[in-house]
Amino acid sequence: MRVLLGWLSQVVVVTLLNLRTLGQRVTSSLVAVVGIAGVVAVFVAVLSMAEGFRKTMATTGSPDTAIVMRSGADSEMVSILGIDDVRLIGDAAGVRRNEKGPVASGELFVIVDLLKKSTATAANVPLRGVGPNAFAVRPNVRIVEGRRFETGRNEVIVGRGAAGQFSGLEIGRTLKFGQGEWTVVGIFDAGGTMSDSELWCDAAVLQPAYRRGNSFQTVYAKLESPEAFTRFKDALTTDPRLNLKVLRETDYFAEQSQMVSTLITTLGAGIALLMGIGAIFGALNTMYSAVAARTREIATLRALGFGGGPVVVSVMVESLLLALVGGAIGGGLAYAGFNGFQTSTINWQTFSQVAFAFAVTPGLIAAGIVYALVMGLLGGLLPAVRAARLPIVSALREL
Amino acid sequence: MKYLPLVWRNLLRRKTRTTFTVLSIVVAFLLFGILAALNMAFSMGVELAGNDRLVITHKVSIIQLLPESYAARLATTPGVVDVLHQTYFGGIYQRPSNFFMQCPVQPEQLLTLYPEYVLPEDQKKAWLTDRTCAIVGRHTADRFGFKVGDRVPIQGTIWRKKDGSSSWEFNICGIYDGDKKGVDTTPLFFNYEYFDEARQFGQGQVGWYVIRIDDPAAAPQIAERIDAQFANSFAETKTTTEKAFVQAFAKQVGDIGAIIRGIVTAVFFTILLVAANTMAQSVRERTSELAVLKTLGYSDGLVLALVLLESCAIAVLGGAIGLGLAWLLIQGGDPTRGMLPAFFLPTADLVRGALFALALGIVAGIMPAVQAMRLRIVDALRRT
Repeated sequence: MRVLLGWLSQVVVVTLLNLRTLGQRVTSSLVAVVGIAGVVAVFVAVLSMAEGFRKTMATTGSPDTAIVMRSGADSEMVSILGIDDVRLIGDAAGVRRNEKGPVASGELFVIVDLLKKSTATAANVPLRGVGPNAFAVRPNVRIVEGRRFETGRNEVIVGRGAAGQFSGLEIGRTLKFGQGEWTVVGIFDAGGTMSDSELWCDAAVLQPAYRRGNSFQTVYAKLESPEAFTRFKDALTTDPRLNLKVLRETDYFAEQSQMVSTLITTLGAGIALLMGIGAIFGALNTMYSAVAARTREIATLRALGFGGGPVVVSVMVESLLLALVGGAIGGGLAYAGFNGFQTSTINWQTFSQVAFAFAVTPGLIAAGIVYALVMGLLGGLLPAVRAARLPIVSALREL
Repeated sequence: MKYLPLVWRNLLRRKTRTTFTVLSIVVAFLLFGILAALNMAFSMGVELAGNDRLVITHKVSIIQLLPESYAARLATTPGVVDVLHQTYFGGIYQRPSNFFMQCPVQPEQLLTLYPEYVLPEDQKKAWLTDRTCAIVGRHTADRFGFKVGDRVPIQGTIWRKKDGSSSWEFNICGIYDGDKKGVDTTPLFFNYEYFDEARQFGQGQVGWYVIRIDDPAAAPQIAERIDAQFANSFAETKTTTEKAFVQAFAKQVGDIGAIIRGIVTAVFFTILLVAANTMAQSVRERTSELAVLKTLGYSDGLVLALVLLESCAIAVLGGAIGLGLAWLLIQGGDPTRGMLPAFFLPTADLVRGALFALALGIVAGIMPAVQAMRLRIVDALRRT
């Protein structure tokens, strides 16, 4: 016990001494800090992009909403449903009802070419024709500016994300697509979900404009409860008149986001890993020179009877401390620079743009700091061992 | 030249430090090389896009179809030499993740419009005469092991056959190569007539047109003429150069170029700092040595050059190893296993990387070098 206590007090003394002299090595310590901060900033920033995208997709679905497409369709874009299908789906077991009938919306999903503000090039912006109950199916959608489109008129409302990313979507502006002109009459907020990237209009007006006759592409149905999904799905899949694919909305969007978020995460992690290796070499240099600068000091301590262990610990503590500061600065930089940063990318599965915000979550910052500590640990280990192994006599003689 | 041994000895003075500095520069240039290849993959085709080709899509969006009958009107438009139409098929081979493009086309026009696709003579003959024939690019053929003579089943997501089934089969009777590096050899092409007869709906409707014009300089006027021709019809058109079309398509993903530039800047800034600090440190340690050199008659300029040479040696060594490693790694194929149309390190980026290495050496070394040059012998010798 006394041996251990003695050892511990040695550790504390040496470490404190070590940290007190940190001021003399400020330049090289700063370099290590900045190096690690740079790596952590890139690491957190890239992963926050993947996180933001995933978050947008994940918050989009609601477990008590079902999406129905033609069987074989892997996204809304390629599905086709007849008017009879839409009626049968609305009347199926498990669908919630209100004064307008079933809380289900037969929808069209097409894209229009609009200019992306950031690159000034054409981008595929999703345009959704919705039924009268669309707002009841998606209670999180609310108008924040202007008003809703009127049934039967060539009017569109624009999601907040789309309004920020693409030009020409201010209220009062007209868009030309299908046959005729469409007026932007409102901006809506869908709580950071996919719908924020979309333009909405009346499905009944969009059908003739796109020569879709009486057909729809998907039906969104609000269920009585999340548990009613099985009942609803069974009712539709066992109906011989129908040939449909029924998915819970949450599952559908999770699946849709997979490709893009995997791609960003893989690339981001790869880049951060490589950068991290580079930063470890930087940290190694810093710690070796720190040990070199303190050669005489360390030798003196050893001559006074301090053990090798405390010296190792003290060097490691210094290295980890520098890494911690670097990691915190890097995480802070990423948060200040990127959190909430709005951007958009194409989701290949729907062939249309998704607007989303970078999300620097506490979890990501924690991961960044852990990564920084790993760099500090690896960067400090070899120099620490060197410090403990210094031959006392010759080290004392060194200038 | 005779000073090289001196520079070399100085580099070996602290072997570990030099090694780590070189290694961190190696990592920076390895990243640079890989990012350059990725950037290339995403902006693919922009450089190779023919400047005598225009792409005509539906004005509203590319998913809207255009009448096949436009072909005849396009062909008679002044300035237009060849006309080809393409349609997005969007089929799935086994799994959705096995994505590659399939496209029904007119066989002869495809080869006239895209001379960069090279087919062996006998396969070319089959492609032009056999309606059930499909040709696939080398990249996709290698990815899935398709051989001439194979029957490839593809699940249609948009297009169904008249009998309502969505499974299509294609006879591979040719595998085409690109005539130069970077040509996209991922698509599978098949006969439009066969497709039009078999499909359940949409007869006489095609996805988009590609035309060749006689004078690239007149592209804006020709594009305007074409769009005016179809104005106020149900299917209005938007005509752009192939380059602009490909560029806009790549930018749909986001400004990949800007993101990659951002990362490379962060990496270089970090590494530069580390390298510059190391250089400064090694000069500081050698203050008295440098003073001795000056006492021996080394001029200020020579001392400056020696220090700069040292930092450039470190940077160029690290840069060369890093770019070499990147090149080696990239030879191993792309990390997404076939999702990227091409993955290679463009020569222009190799040259750029080499220049960056040199610049890194100069920037990292200039401060300590100037310090060394300004050193006053008396002060320096007095300091220990």
